[in-house]
Amino acid sequence: MIPILEVDSVTKRFGGLIAVNNVSFKVGEHEILSVIGPNGAGKSTMFKLIASFMRTSSGEVRFRGERISNRSPHMVARRGVVRTFQETTIFRGMTVRANVIVSHHLRANASLLGYFLGTATAQADQDEFGRSADEIIDFLGLGSQRDELASNLPQGHLRALGIAIGLATNPPVLLLDEPFAGMNHDETMRAVDLVRRVRDRGVTLLLVEHDMPAVMKISDRIVVLNFGEKIAEGTPAEIQNNEEVIEAYLGSEDETIGL
Amino acid sequence: MRPAKLVPVVIFLIVVLILVPWAIEVSGRADLYYTLTSVALLSIASAGVWLTFFIGRINIGQGAYALLGGYVSAVLVVTYGWSFWLTLPIAGLFCAAVSILIGVPILRLRGVYFAMVTLVLTEVARLLALAVPVTNGAKGITSIPPPGAVSLFGLTLIPDFATFPSTRPAFYYLAVVLMILCFAAMYRLVHSRLGQLCRSLQQNEELASSIGVNVSYLRILAYAISSFLGGLGGAVFAAVAQSVYPSSFAVQDSVNFMLNCFLGGLGYVFGPMLGTLVLYFGWDLLFLTGKYQLLIYSTILIALMLFLPNGLLSLRIPKPSGLFGQRLRSSEVKQ
Repeated sequence: MIPILEVDSVTKRFGGLIAVNNVSFKVGEHEILSVIGPNGAGKSTMFKLIASFMRTSSGEVRFRGERISNRSPHMVARRGVVRTFQETTIFRGMTVRANVIVSHHLRANASLLGYFLGTATAQADQDEFGRSADEIIDFLGLGSQRDELASNLPQGHLRALGIAIGLATNPPVLLLDEPFAGMNHDETMRAVDLVRRVRDRGVTLLLVEHDMPAVMKISDRIVVLNFGEKIAEGTPAEIQNNEEVIEAYLGSEDETIGL
Repeated sequence: MRPAKLVPVVIFLIVVLILVPWAIEVSGRADLYYTLTSVALLSIASAGVWLTFFIGRINIGQGAYALLGGYVSAVLVVTYGWSFWLTLPIAGLFCAAVSILIGVPILRLRGVYFAMVTLVLTEVARLLALAVPVTNGAKGITSIPPPGAVSLFGLTLIPDFATFPSTRPAFYYLAVVLMILCFAAMYRLVHSRLGQLCRSLQQNEELASSIGVNVSYLRILAYAISSFLGGLGGAVFAAVAQSVYPSSFAVQDSVNFMLNCFLGGLGYVFGPMLGTLVLYFGWDLLFLTGKYQLLIYSTILIALMLFLPNGLLSLRIPKPSGLFGQRLRSSEVKQ
C-alpha cells in the first residue's frame, strides 16, 4: 500500500490531559478509512490535528511525504487535504450554487487582480467553476435546490452541501466529520452510498464517525481509538471480532457487573 | 454590462454632473457645492467602512485614516511643495500601508472587540496629530494652496484651481468624479471573485480557510482597500477646506461613517452613498428643531435600524436575485 496520508506518532496534550497519545496510522490511496471510538476517545481531536485546525504537541501528519501538521488550514487545503464540517457550517447567506462556486477557489488560474479586471483567464475560470459546480450539485442530488438559500435547506441536504463544498476544492483527500450523525437508518444508507460514490471519483476518504453499522458497511479499514490511544486497526471484520474493541465499547465484564 | 443596467448609471451621471451644478447655478445657492462636495468625499470614506462590513467586521475607525490621509497630503503640499495630484494616491497608499501594520494584529478580533479597538484608533490618531512635530500640533496646517495644473506633453488636462473665479464647482467636480470612480471600482470588486471570497469570510471564516482561502491575507487586503479610501477622502477634504486640524476627523465622524453604511444598507454597494447623503442633509434639516436636534436624530436612527435593518435601499429593491444579490443582514455581521 502506498500511503497518501500518514499519521506519525501524533500526541496532543491539553495541560495535564492527553487527548491523543502517540497515534500512528496510514491511509492508502482511494481508501475509505474510518476513525472510531467511544465518546471522549479523541476522535474529534485527531480530526482537527489532521486538518491542522489544531497544533500537535508532538509527532506529525504527512501528505505524500510532506508535513501538513501545524500549518495554517488554508495551506493544508492547498496541499490537498480538505475537511468538511458538521451540518451547520456552510455559507448560510449564499445560494447552494454560490456556496459551491466560491469553494472552487483553489482551482483558480487567474489572480484576484485578474478577476477584478475581468481578464480572459478569469472569465474562463468563472465559466469552468459554474459548469463544475452544476455537475457537483447534480452529483449530490441537490439539483432542485440549486438557487435556494443555503440556510433554508433541510438537514440531510445540508450534509450533502458540506460534501459538495469539499468536493469543489477537488481534493485528493477529503476528511468527513461525522457524516452520518443524527441520521435515521434510511438516510444513513443513502449517505453511505453517496460516500462510496465520492470515493469512486478518485477521492481518498477519512471519516470520523460514531455510527457503527454505517462504519462497518462503508470502511475499507478502521482505526479504533480509546482514551486517546489506538487500540486496534484493521478491516471491519477484524475490528468486529477484536476483544479489546468490544471491551472498549461495552465495558469489561467486571465493570458491567459493578453497574 | 447589459443596457438595462446602464440606464440608472447614465441617469445618475447626468444628475450629478449636469443637473445638480445647473440647479445650483440657477438658484444661486453656491454653498450647496460645498455641502455636496463634503457628501461625496464622506461617502468615499464610508465606502471603505462598508467593505470592512463586507468581510464581517464593524469598523468605527475610518476617521483615523481620513485624518491621516488629510495630513499626508497637506504636509507634502505645504512643507515639501509637492503637487496635490501626486499626494492624492500617496495619501491613500500611505494609509493602506499603515492599516496593514495595524490590521495584522487587530483583524484577528471579531465582533464588538474589533469595533472597540477601531473606535480607539480615531482617538489615537487625534492625539498623535497633536503630539507629532510634523503636524504642527493643535494649530494644524492651514492655507493649503488649491490643487495646481496637470499637464501632459504640454496639454493641460486639469487647469490650476487658483485660476478659477471660484474653486467651489471645481472641487465639486473633483469630489464627484472621484466618488464615481471609487464606487465603480467597489462595484466591480464586490462582483468579482474577490467579492465572493470576502462574502465567504463574512459568512464563515473557518469554512473559508478549509476550502483554501487565505483568510488573514484577504482580511488585510480588504482592510487596506478600506483605509485607502479613507485616506483618499481625507486628502481631498483637506484640500477643499484648505486646512487640516487634529479635530478635522473625530470619533463622531468615525461613527458617522459607520452609520452611513447602516442607513444606506449593508447589502448594497451604493448603500454608503445614499446613507451619507441622507444622514448629512437629515442632520442639517434637524438643525431647525434647535435643542431637540440630537434627540430627534437619534430616535430616527434607532427606529430605522429596528424597522429597516437592511437599510434604505432595501425599500426599493424587492428581491435581489443572482449570486450576490442576497441581502446581508446586520445581525450576520455581528457573528
